[in-house]
Amino acid sequence: MQTLNLASNTGGIKSPNPFWLASAPPTNSAYQVKRAFEAGWGGAVWKTISHEPIVNVSSRYGAVDYDGRKVMGLNNIELITDRTLDVNLREIREVKREFPDRALVVSLMVETKREVWHDIVKRVEDTGCDGLELNFGCPHGMNERGMGAAVGQVPEYTEQVTVWVREVARTPVLVKLTPNISDIRYVGRAARRGGADGLSLINTLNSIIGVDLDTLAPKPHVAGRGSHGGYCGPAVKPIGLNMVQQIASDPQIGIPVSGIGGIQAWQDAVEYLLLGSSSVQVCTAVMHYGFRIVEHLLSGLEMWMLEKGFRQLSDFVGKSVPAIGDWADLDLGYKIVAEIEQDKCIHCGLCYVACEDGAHQSINRRKMTEDDFAARVGNGGAQRVDFSGGVRYMPGAADGYANIFEINQQTCVGCNLCSLVCPVSGCINMVEQPSDIPRMTWRQYQDKLVKGDVQRIQPPAHV
Amino acid sequence: MKTPLTLEQLGNNFSDLHPAYRQNEALVEAARCLFCFDAPCTRACPTHIDVPRFIRQILHDNPAGAAKTILSENILGGSCARACPTEVLCEGACVDRTLGGPVQIGRLQRYATDYAMNGDLRFFQPGRETGKTVAIVGSGPAGLSCAHELRKMGHAVTLFEARDVAGGLNTLGIAAYKITTEFALSEVELVRQMGAHIRLNSPVDAAKLARLRASYDAVFLGIGLGATAKLNLPGEGAADVWEALDFIFQTHTQPLSECHVGQNVIVIGAGNTAIDVATEAVRLGAANATIAYRRSQEEMSAFAYEYELAQNDGVRFEWSVQPVEFVLRDGKLTAIEFQRTRLGSSGRPANVELVAGSEFTMVCDMAVKALGQMALLELLAGVNGVRFEKGKLVVDPETGSTGASGLFAGGDCISLGAEIVNAVQEGKIAARGIDQYLRRGIVTGSE
Repeated sequence: MQTLNLASNTGGIKSPNPFWLASAPPTNSAYQVKRAFEAGWGGAVWKTISHEPIVNVSSRYGAVDYDGRKVMGLNNIELITDRTLDVNLREIREVKREFPDRALVVSLMVETKREVWHDIVKRVEDTGCDGLELNFGCPHGMNERGMGAAVGQVPEYTEQVTVWVREVARTPVLVKLTPNISDIRYVGRAARRGGADGLSLINTLNSIIGVDLDTLAPKPHVAGRGSHGGYCGPAVKPIGLNMVQQIASDPQIGIPVSGIGGIQAWQDAVEYLLLGSSSVQVCTAVMHYGFRIVEHLLSGLEMWMLEKGFRQLSDFVGKSVPAIGDWADLDLGYKIVAEIEQDKCIHCGLCYVACEDGAHQSINRRKMTEDDFAARVGNGGAQRVDFSGGVRYMPGAADGYANIFEINQQTCVGCNLCSLVCPVSGCINMVEQPSDIPRMTWRQYQDKLVKGDVQRIQPPAHV
Repeated sequence: MKTPLTLEQLGNNFSDLHPAYRQNEALVEAARCLFCFDAPCTRACPTHIDVPRFIRQILHDNPAGAAKTILSENILGGSCARACPTEVLCEGACVDRTLGGPVQIGRLQRYATDYAMNGDLRFFQPGRETGKTVAIVGSGPAGLSCAHELRKMGHAVTLFEARDVAGGLNTLGIAAYKITTEFALSEVELVRQMGAHIRLNSPVDAAKLARLRASYDAVFLGIGLGATAKLNLPGEGAADVWEALDFIFQTHTQPLSECHVGQNVIVIGAGNTAIDVATEAVRLGAANATIAYRRSQEEMSAFAYEYELAQNDGVRFEWSVQPVEFVLRDGKLTAIEFQRTRLGSSGRPANVELVAGSEFTMVCDMAVKALGQMALLELLAGVNGVRFEKGKLVVDPETGSTGASGLFAGGDCISLGAEIVNAVQEGKIAARGIDQYLRRGIVTGSE
């Protein structure tokens, strides 16, 4: 078995593997960060420090569960460090001494004043840490005081503070971006102009978890009142992926990214790497399951790299970035239709009702008698036939029939909704078919229309 | 011979076979339901309860809504949740059987109906009074279901129950670890609260039936079945030779500590009732319980899950044996003499022959006959228009009507013995049939 090289370098900050802890409650103390490093994490960004500790409220977290599964998304109204600067600096120094090979980055947020930033940068770098992360993203509690997202939403402020920091910093500087913005590239470019060595994104999203239907109070609540909070966890991954890709593909940026947002399984981390991240940061999954999850992240990444023939991260970081672009550059002539593998079908009808009510009415339903169904076990019929007390019973059949669902490939538009709702993996597949429409992007189509080189595309058949 | 067990042991043996779900368990199980379209489970349910709908209501913290969904189609949904052969009905048709195992629909249905029962929730009102009256003979599941539906439509209903307790086999004939006496009576209450009058200790013979037909606008027969078939063997009349239902009834009509059970019990027959008897005998403290069946295991009519329950309780099975004599000494049963059987020369399973010279005895001090019940033919013997087929009272499947005018029927008397859920559905069908029949007499006007 070949040895893999999992070392990562994010703007000059090196770590033995790309898995860092994000600046958050899990990186609040030396006790925690040491145990994280013992568990195998490659790096950690210390929970945002400031000259004075803040005071937190209780409760602080809310979660969105999904049909019984816990914490699909998490929301917090916790603030930056509630410990003194001295204690933080002492502990950072201690951890760095004990784990020289791991990346120890410190997140900072202070008043928007040059000398205040200068002071904290010097004091923090004295600890021997490997880099700084400027928190321009906290969406609650700090932005009301002119810090956090108040800076990150305004490109000019982002650039200015980054310049101040760069004036005195001796270690690499990462700027952490907020997603609560219309186009994250503007702030990304501003940070780059200010001299950032790399960008960390995304921070949390403005959100309200919900309302308690008994008390009518918000969730979470502090003595019956609430505030908007920062949303994170598996639910936000697609938003993070999109923004990372936007930054990674922007020619005006061109500096490394540390990807953050909903990473829970190893696949999530690899997706961030493929879309341009040099390292990834995790918070919610650790708050849910503990530091031990890093073993699963490492194991999954390794197995995948071996399977794909990759030896080091640079073999694949950013590899999927160029494939994403404008909608107008997508091929109108690429035709796929759905296909149901009858041997795998369990006859639940979910594809049918989704297509019929919510898409393009292209799935046919016909009744097969129970006897025919029983006769075709494993071959477009019953999955199994059982008897008890002389009574025959089969999953999917009752009242004399079973429903057989088939795609009408003449009218199927290939939207692939059915393939998403089908509970059986590999049962509904999308297959490519020759198309009546020539292979061309929408841009090319507009061009050809003007020149008269192509007929206008007709609407698809509808019921 | 009374049970040798202590009150505590009896309590354990007769407690819930499947304990009620706690909220967490119910939510985890409900989350497994895929929410199928044209769900096979709903189609498999004889009362067509909208199963995915009630499961989703449980999942979304609306157990009251779930209970209403269930009880709208099946007023005895609570009993069915406990006693239905879900293995071959809803759970047998569940598509999840090929993924991780069927959703535990029965237990979820119990969760919702228990919630409604514990909270005394009432979902139904009697309809506007039509002035029409219906007599219902028998207060078992068919009669109760028919009564409930008729009350929703506004017809006046009186039930005539021969025994001193209502509910029929639902109250008396199902093992207490499936349905407790108390629970069954609470369901009777649901029907009574709709304004159905229930008269206990009111048996109906042929003469009384004629009077009911004359004085009520329609009559529904939910009379069930009668005594178990006779074997006509020597010694059959002994006190230690019981009928299956009498054996089960005692566990509902008196304290368990007063129930009679032998040390060595032999049950004749291998249907679901035989299994109930044998398992109850063990749970009452019998040292040995054996089921003796004249055919083979393949022909056994008990459901597989019931067979498994019996085996787990330590019941033994003797296949292909037929009793020829109940051996008595001083009037007390000491053994049964059996002969072995084999398939008849025609090869058809129904045809069974005795093997000459194969006699043997099995020691026992109690025998219970679980041979199926006979129809109550005498009641209907002179009623014009009524027809029987192989002992089953024949009715129109769409309306529940017998051939006689204004006379309807449902439940075991038309099926020769089926499940509670079948009786409920037949009661509903007959109620609608009765309503149509009554409305032909109602003048439609500016109401």
